Amino acid sequence: MLRRSLQLALGRDVLGRGLGTHRGGSTLDWNGKMSEIKKKIQSVLPGGAWTQLHDTSYLPPEHSDVVIVGGGVMGLSVAYWLKRLERPRGAIRVLVVERDHTYSQASTVLSVGGIRQQFSVPENIQLSLFSIDFLRNINEYLAVVDDPPLDIQFNPSGYLLLASEKGAAVLESNVRVQRQEGAKVCLMSPEQLRNKFPWINPEGVALASYGMEHEGWFDPWSLLQGLRRKVQSMGVLFCQGEVTRFVSSSSHAETPSGEEVTLKRVHEVHVKIDHSLEYQPVECAIVINAAGAWSGQIAELAGVGKGPPGTLQGTKLPVEPRKRYVYLWNCPQGPGLETPFVIDASGAYFRREGLGNNYLGGCSPTEEEEPDPENLEVDHEFFQDKVWPPLAQRVPAFESLKVRSAWAGYYDYNTFDQNGVVGPHPLVVNMYFATGFSGHGLQQAPAVGRAVAEMVLHGNFQTINLSPFLFNRFHLGEKVHEHNII
Amino acid sequence: MGKLLIFMENQREVGGEGQEPKDEYECSKPLHLMAPVWNRDTRGIHGLSKAVAPEGSRRKGRSLLQFLADHFYDVQALREYLLRKQVLKVHQKNRPFTHIKERFGPHAAGAYFILKQGGAVKFQGKEWIRPNTRGRFSLDFLTFPEVPVEAVDASGSAINYHGLDNLLALKELQSLWLRRCPHVDDWCLSRLHPLANSLQELSLAGCPRISERGLACLHHLQNLRRLDISDLPAVSNPGLTQILVEEMLPNCEVLGADWTQGLGLGPEEQSQDAASPIPA
Repeated sequence: MLRRSLQLALGRDVLGRGLGTHRGGSTLDWNGKMSEIKKKIQSVLPGGAWTQLHDTSYLPPEHSDVVIVGGGVMGLSVAYWLKRLERPRGAIRVLVVERDHTYSQASTVLSVGGIRQQFSVPENIQLSLFSIDFLRNINEYLAVVDDPPLDIQFNPSGYLLLASEKGAAVLESNVRVQRQEGAKVCLMSPEQLRNKFPWINPEGVALASYGMEHEGWFDPWSLLQGLRRKVQSMGVLFCQGEVTRFVSSSSHAETPSGEEVTLKRVHEVHVKIDHSLEYQPVECAIVINAAGAWSGQIAELAGVGKGPPGTLQGTKLPVEPRKRYVYLWNCPQGPGLETPFVIDASGAYFRREGLGNNYLGGCSPTEEEEPDPENLEVDHEFFQDKVWPPLAQRVPAFESLKVRSAWAGYYDYNTFDQNGVVGPHPLVVNMYFATGFSGHGLQQAPAVGRAVAEMVLHGNFQTINLSPFLFNRFHLGEKVHEHNII
Repeated sequence: MGKLLIFMENQREVGGEGQEPKDEYECSKPLHLMAPVWNRDTRGIHGLSKAVAPEGSRRKGRSLLQFLADHFYDVQALREYLLRKQVLKVHQKNRPFTHIKERFGPHAAGAYFILKQGGAVKFQGKEWIRPNTRGRFSLDFLTFPEVPVEAVDASGSAINYHGLDNLLALKELQSLWLRRCPHVDDWCLSRLHPLANSLQELSLAGCPRISERGLACLHHLQNLRRLDISDLPAVSNPGLTQILVEEMLPNCEVLGADWTQGLGLGPEEQSQDAASPIPA
């Protein structure tokens, strides 16, 4: 009686299995179960295939409905929304496979942690607006009974984008689009800039756009831990291992124009355990590629891009790892508490870190100077040559500073148009992508997770329409051009 | 587990009574080797509930624990429901009063909202309007919808991010007191910039959720003359924050932590301790 009234009160489906202990199995396949039990007994008896009983808790389960390759913020966000949007509750088994549980090379935790709505593509702005809403109400979304509330340490200080003469018109039209979507951005002239931020040297700046609300930076590690905790409480399984093989089956289909295409369907994912040759084949219905900088390799394993170049079969996933450096320096006379996240016209950026006059910053290198993404070693010469001069010119106080530390991380760089790839692959029908965000993945992760979950559960995008970000655009050549990529 | 042991013990007792068994495995009475059937309402193993007779109070305690353990998911759902209800209560308090806004204008709507929360409002040229101990207040201010609101005292109210909608429409607000508001946090402070033209006094004393990150976005309020940031438990370094906020708002008088707080013992205090070892 109590359960029924709670069900109605919480607005769940009366037939939902939300409450009450799980009674028995979830299927009524008695014959199948009997044959499985017989197989297991046969393997235990002498002469069977099973070795002595040992602990296999580190292995992933043998069956899972959805396998998410990659346990960073994108993969966990997809897992969260899948469990949240599924009907009835508890219907879908989700497995998250993450190669490195220390997240030592994951883009999420090495990120500078900024979130902004100052994009030029409307879909990017909408994704970012939903994500900031998610972050503001994070303790309603990710609440776990008996655990302390999450504090992502959000600094609502805003972003300041500076544009030279060349880029001023583009900046103005971008601000118009952003305002239309609901972002709170204002334009500033060089005089207003000098009044508001006396530490800026506005020489060479024609126009600046300043985000007043919903922009700033936060701690990505606490978001990751919050998502992990919530997702575990919702029943998602985690496995530490590397995906080495996809076992798929093909079928032939004919397009309306009479062409023969081969449709593939992934049936099994082989997860190899660390430091061992042991692997576990996981039978699955859907695979989600959220592997970040290594998504290209995972896609190749699944057979994406195996075909003559120029055709849809031959179109690879154009996501590759690109190394980016972040430097932390101390400048005692530097800008004060009001410093926003400043992005200079030259592409160099910096933001305040903490209360002790420390600043984080960096710059994206040009195509010719791209560092080798083999490892995460930091090049300190890059700071001296490419990051310091433009920043010192923009903020004269930075002429004397002392670099305290530096690190490097990967962008899951989309070489085609630097925007994310979301949605299913047209030929490998049960592989969905959530990758390729080229440096703005963290700030769009909650919204992208919801979009992918909607695509998986309902077959179309329901809240934010991300059809410009589907895989097809690589074959059709339709670039989604985003101006404000840092 | 305890019940299983009692079952075993009793069987041994049953076997031991009467004649001596020829060897350990022979008993006079047949053993009822029934698997214990655990049903949801377990009081004992089937067939043995009469034989096993625990004491009355232990049985009650055990059955309550057993009940809670059997209904784990129900208890969890109940707790989630109660938590959701609390959150919904705060949301309900912060709902917008659109019908008042359309009919009487933004100033009246804002004043009505604040008075409903238990705060106080002062219109330009009038006295403070406060609700009485029963929560009732006079609706005279609806008769003069053009008069702007000058000062708002929302101390201790449940105002949150959404409730600030009503306040941001008060374009000529000069003084805002948000002392000890449990739901005002950094996000709310980032919303205050539309009041920059008129706001001269702001008090945030005692709000548990405000940290130095939210104080950083007060620099929009260039007309601010008095700012009270004392007693903010979430600010990590109150003395340093005070200095930085004073630098950020040069025309403003910032009341807050004393900047010597957290510096440790100064030289005068140290010599004093040496001079008078016995505390007075």
